[in-house]
Amino acid sequence: MSATEVVIIANVGANIASLRFALERLGANSLVSADAEHIRNATHVILPGVGAAADAMRRLRQMNLHTLIPSLLQPVLGICLGMQLLYEASEEGNTACLGIIPGRADRFEAAVGRPVPHMGWNTLKIERPGEFLEGLAQNDYAYFVHSYALKLGDATVASSDYGRPFSACVQWRNFYGVQFHPERSAKVGSRLLQNFLGL
Amino acid sequence: MRFRNHRIVGDILELAARYRDEGADELVFYDISASPEGRSVDRAWIWRVARTLDIPFCVAGGIRSVSEADEVLAAGAEKISINSPALEDPDLINALSERFGAQCVVVGIDSETVGGEYRVQQYTGDSLRIRDSGRNTLDWADEVQRRGAGEIVLNCMASDGVRQGYDIAQLSALRKRCHVPLVASGGAGSAAHIAEVFRTANVDAALAASVFHSGELTIANLRRELRLLGIEVRP
Repeated sequence: MSATEVVIIANVGANIASLRFALERLGANSLVSADAEHIRNATHVILPGVGAAADAMRRLRQMNLHTLIPSLLQPVLGICLGMQLLYEASEEGNTACLGIIPGRADRFEAAVGRPVPHMGWNTLKIERPGEFLEGLAQNDYAYFVHSYALKLGDATVASSDYGRPFSACVQWRNFYGVQFHPERSAKVGSRLLQNFLGL
Repeated sequence: MRFRNHRIVGDILELAARYRDEGADELVFYDISASPEGRSVDRAWIWRVARTLDIPFCVAGGIRSVSEADEVLAAGAEKISINSPALEDPDLINALSERFGAQCVVVGIDSETVGGEYRVQQYTGDSLRIRDSGRNTLDWADEVQRRGAGEIVLNCMASDGVRQGYDIAQLSALRKRCHVPLVASGGAGSAAHIAEVFRTANVDAALAASVFHSGELTIANLRRELRLLGIEVRP
């Protein structure tokens, strides 16, 4: 994996220590950067994200990355909020996002016994197998922490369910996304990151 | 018991790796003497734990400010848990929740039945400083939720460390008032106890420590037994 040059996009408001450690366990070094040159030259780009969509988009705009990211041709992986940012918009603060994948993230509705955020281990349903999901099985568990989610759509390759079905893994051209945290999802998460690095 | 005679459980990294391999869903690291000693949890080990673990973990122990919480989360912890500092300064719950989101903010409550009432105990990590906080447990649980706690761990002190089962009555009483995930703590001695607390008190998670540390129950065996008892567990 020595030819792999992973760049994790910096300053999107996420704690990336655990993500870097997860990549390190797979033998991949990563560079955390907001530099356009670094990002363009990476073999793989990861867009992490924790926090509010509006805040993250404001940071991306300040760094002029809102136009760069959609133009990338190498595999790009959005994680959690980072996946939602790949879409057109988020209900969270009525935010216009990167506009790569059609659709809008909507807030979960809380119910008795179903608090929001959706937090914890939940099962995956594979909708469309492929290289990205290699080695994953139906009902494998992944670790989620989120309040907004994408409905199933053309990009959905795996789904999960929390009061309503939602997209857990997506793929759109060279853009990939996971709503859960692969760095905290034990073997399933590690396999998924490994698959991404192999793309 | 646990609180008055702390066991040394060996190198935490080794234990963390063992529990990870056995299939724990989440680990919680308590530095329970941090608060009574007025210091916060030593951070160096958090990086090492984050490097080892590929499951979520929570750090508890004397976190008294947004900046201390920030350090712990930046080092790779998924959540922070506050207990005595929340009783000293309840606004800390609001501040943490606003800054990091409710999902990171766990409030731990040590509770004891006193004169037929559930009472919150403070500084439980120190047998000399432990005291009644002056608060009713159920009222405190309402307040911490209003202030933005995303999860509550209820540790029933009378059950803690004795492995005779969880305090189902107290956990059930809190469940009725708790709209965020509720974690049962104190009393696990067998898979049957854990199955019982899920079924009867309808908690979202069960926390256990001494029963695993002692080797009396392995997480792998627990998972198998829970599955046989019809409780859904991650394979």
